[in-house]
Formats: sequence, structure tokens, C-alpha cells
Amino acid sequence: MQDLGIRVLFLGNNLQRLLGGLWITLRISLIAVACSIVLGILLGMLMTVRNPVIKALTKLYLEFIRIMPQLVLLFLVFFGLTRSFGINLSGETSAVIVFTLWGTAEMGDLVRGALISIPKHQYESGAAIGLTRWQVYHYIMIPQILTRLVPPAINLTTRMIKTTSLVSLIGVVEVLKVAQQMIEANRYTVPDSALWIYGTIFFLYFLVCWPISLAAKKLEKRAW
Amino acid sequence: MAQQPVLLEVKNIVKNYGEGNVLDGVSLELRKGEVKVVIGPSGCGKSTLLRCINGLEKIQAGQILLTGNVLTEGKTDWSKVRQKIGMVFQSYDLFPHMSVLDNITLGPVKVQGREKKEVVLEAEKLLGRVGLLDKKDAYPRQLSGGQKQRVAIVRALILKPEILLFDEVTAALDPEMVREVLDVILELADDGYTMLIVTHEMQFARAVADQVVFLDGGRIVESDAPEQFFTQPKAERARRFLNTFVYEKGGEKA
Repeated sequence: MQDLGIRVLFLGNNLQRLLGGLWITLRISLIAVACSIVLGILLGMLMTVRNPVIKALTKLYLEFIRIMPQLVLLFLVFFGLTRSFGINLSGETSAVIVFTLWGTAEMGDLVRGALISIPKHQYESGAAIGLTRWQVYHYIMIPQILTRLVPPAINLTTRMIKTTSLVSLIGVVEVLKVAQQMIEANRYTVPDSALWIYGTIFFLYFLVCWPISLAAKKLEKRAW
Repeated sequence: MAQQPVLLEVKNIVKNYGEGNVLDGVSLELRKGEVKVVIGPSGCGKSTLLRCINGLEKIQAGQILLTGNVLTEGKTDWSKVRQKIGMVFQSYDLFPHMSVLDNITLGPVKVQGREKKEVVLEAEKLLGRVGLLDKKDAYPRQLSGGQKQRVAIVRALILKPEILLFDEVTAALDPEMVREVLDVILELADDGYTMLIVTHEMQFARAVADQVVFLDGGRIVESDAPEQFFTQPKAERARRFLNTFVYEKGGEKA
């Protein structure tokens, strides 16, 4: 046991600190994902509007967010806003803003895709049996849109959780940063701790993302 | 037939999509129990006519009257009108996320507020009539085209409509399945349903119609009894159209 790197995990309150870091990761991800779903649905609906100005603006937003690496966006919001406008945001707030901007763009595109994939005839044949506009959406459109939306939306969620590891670069002490600190602090006493600590991180991310993937599989299973 | 009351009156309706009129002053009447078949070359406005009657398309001029009441955009409760005018589409358009039974009962339960139990019993009776009772729990993707179309007909019938509109209901089907669908419609005609049918099946049109309406370029060119229309069409355009359905061997041409 003397030489095993894993003992670093149990030194002092290290384990507690690591889980604390995981909580920060989750908090940023979950707030951003929740905001992205709500705003993304609105954006997606907006993207199907025929108005050319709205179309151009939403397209511009989507492309801008997609082309920019998330790290650049983080620096832009965290450092850029402070420098140029004197707006001083905490690292965590900046992270939530950036991941919401990104998630909204991606989610919006997914919602748009799901919306236009339902044939117009579905709406018409609902109307033809006397359903009102709202009833057509309630019983026919939304159930079909949701089943098409769930798999890619879950995929996006896990991608967002994993990408939050970037926020350590703007000084947020999330799970990866805590791990690095632990490895640094024990560099001389336990030189081989890196593999063990990062292995633990791998396991923690897996623990978070796996249930989400399982839930997705369950939701994807359908009778029709 | 003349003593029966007029259910549907189409008066001089005009429909255009920006350029050119798709319907250019079409008028027709449908009496209770009458079966009218609309035929004509593609693009002549047949489908548009049915879609206008059901309020799926706005008309620019003219009037549509259902039992004497004018249907107008905005003022009419289309949900009520569509319960009285059932429509079956070319591409069947069953709801893929619902079983056959749920497809059929959705309208009566949610729109007409009928008791689910009673509706299910009626749905099963109607499914039995079109030979699909054993498919009631299947999903649309498990059915053939002809089966889907028969379910779509039942879905329209269960609302007890006064008029049924059929929009090229066999056009997307394999030849062998056309028959099973047309037989259902023929039976409905025998039961005295009032129907307006758009079709490309000429023999069926001849068998089912009380009157044939020939539409070309958004106008009614000829309107006749089927025997008259198919043997001695008056309009030159109708004659040319009917000729496209006749095949002759090269050597036997007169």
C-alpha cells in the first residue's frame, strides 16, 4: 500500500475535495443544460419562422458559436468583458453563460431539425378529423417531435458535461482542477499518483454520464 | 336524386397561389346520398378543390355552403365543419406513434367528447367491416399501404360525417391493394354516403359515380352521367384525356 498512488485520494480531506469539485462541474453543467433546453426550444421554433431577418440572425448566431472553440468563448466572456466593459464576472458565472450560449445554439438546431422532420400532412390529417390547432400539437406533433429529439439532446448533454473540464482554465476549481492540485501537492511523496487520480476522474465522469445514456436508451425504445 | 336536399354548394370559387388561378370559378352541388367523381389531368385543381372545401386552403373568391351556411375563413368553426366533412388523403397519414385503435378513437374522444368505451366498440365494428379487426393493436408501420388507407377511411367514418372527400386515395398504392380500398368505397356508396371523390381509376369512377365532373385548367369543362361521359364525352379536352387510358397495338389502329 505504501507505494500505491491511490492513497493520495485518502490523505486528509482529499476525497471530499474531489467530490466537491465534481459538484462544481455538475452544477455548471446542469444549470447550463437546463437553460439550454428551454432557450434552445425557443430558438429552434424561431429558426423555423419564414421571416428572412430572423432566419439570418439565428443562422449567424448558430455559426458564430459553432466556429468559436469553447475555450475562446470562455476567455472572451471571462477576461474580455472585464477588460472592455469592466463587468467582473466570477469564473463559474462566466462558465454557465458560455455553456448556455453554446448549448442553446446546438439545442436550437436539434429542435429545428425535429420540427421540420414532421411532414405537413401530419398536421393536416389531424385538422381533418376536427382537432383544433392546440390539440394537433398536443396529441400529434409534440409526441413525435420529442421522440426524435431525445437521443441527440442526451448526446449534447453528456458532451456539455465533459466539456466543462475547460473551465479550470479560467480559474474555476472543478473536479479536474482539484485533481491537478492533489497531484501537484504530492509530487515528491507519491510520484505515481497521476495515473490513479486521473483514473478516478475518469470513473467519476463515467458515473455521471452513464446513467444519462441509460435513461436515453430507455426513452428511445418505443413501440412504433 | 333531385328530391334530396343539397348538402354542399360550391359557388364560383377562385383559388390562386400568387400566379395564375388553380381554381378559376368552380361551381358544383352535392345532394344527400350523391356520389360525384372529379377527374382530370394532373395539375387541373382536383385536389385543391377538395382542400378548399375542407378549409385546408383559403379561397380568394366565391362561396362554399354547407347545408346552407356559408363557410368563411376566420368566422367558421372549422373543427365543427370538419366533423361533418370527412377527408381521406392520398398518403393516408395515419399517426405513426399511435396504434390503429388510438388513431381511430382520437377524433371522437377528443373532438366530440364521446365515451371512450363506446367509441372503441364502434371502431372495432368498423374495423371488422373493412377486414382489419385483427390489426387493431398494430402500429401503422406494421401495415401495408392498402391496410393503412382502410384504417384512414375508418378514422374519417367514425366521426359520422355527412360528406366524405376522397383525394386520390389509391394513387400511392400497389395495383393489388387498389382493389381492397375501392371495394370499401363502393360499399359506402351502397350505404348511401354522400361523397366527392378525386381519382385516376376510370373504371372505378364509372362504377361508383352518379355524376362525373371533368376539370381542366381550374374550370369544370364537362359534367355528365358516367355512361354518357365515358362513352360519348362532349368536350374535346375530355375526349383527349380519356384516350390516354386506351392502349392499342400498333398494327390494329383504325
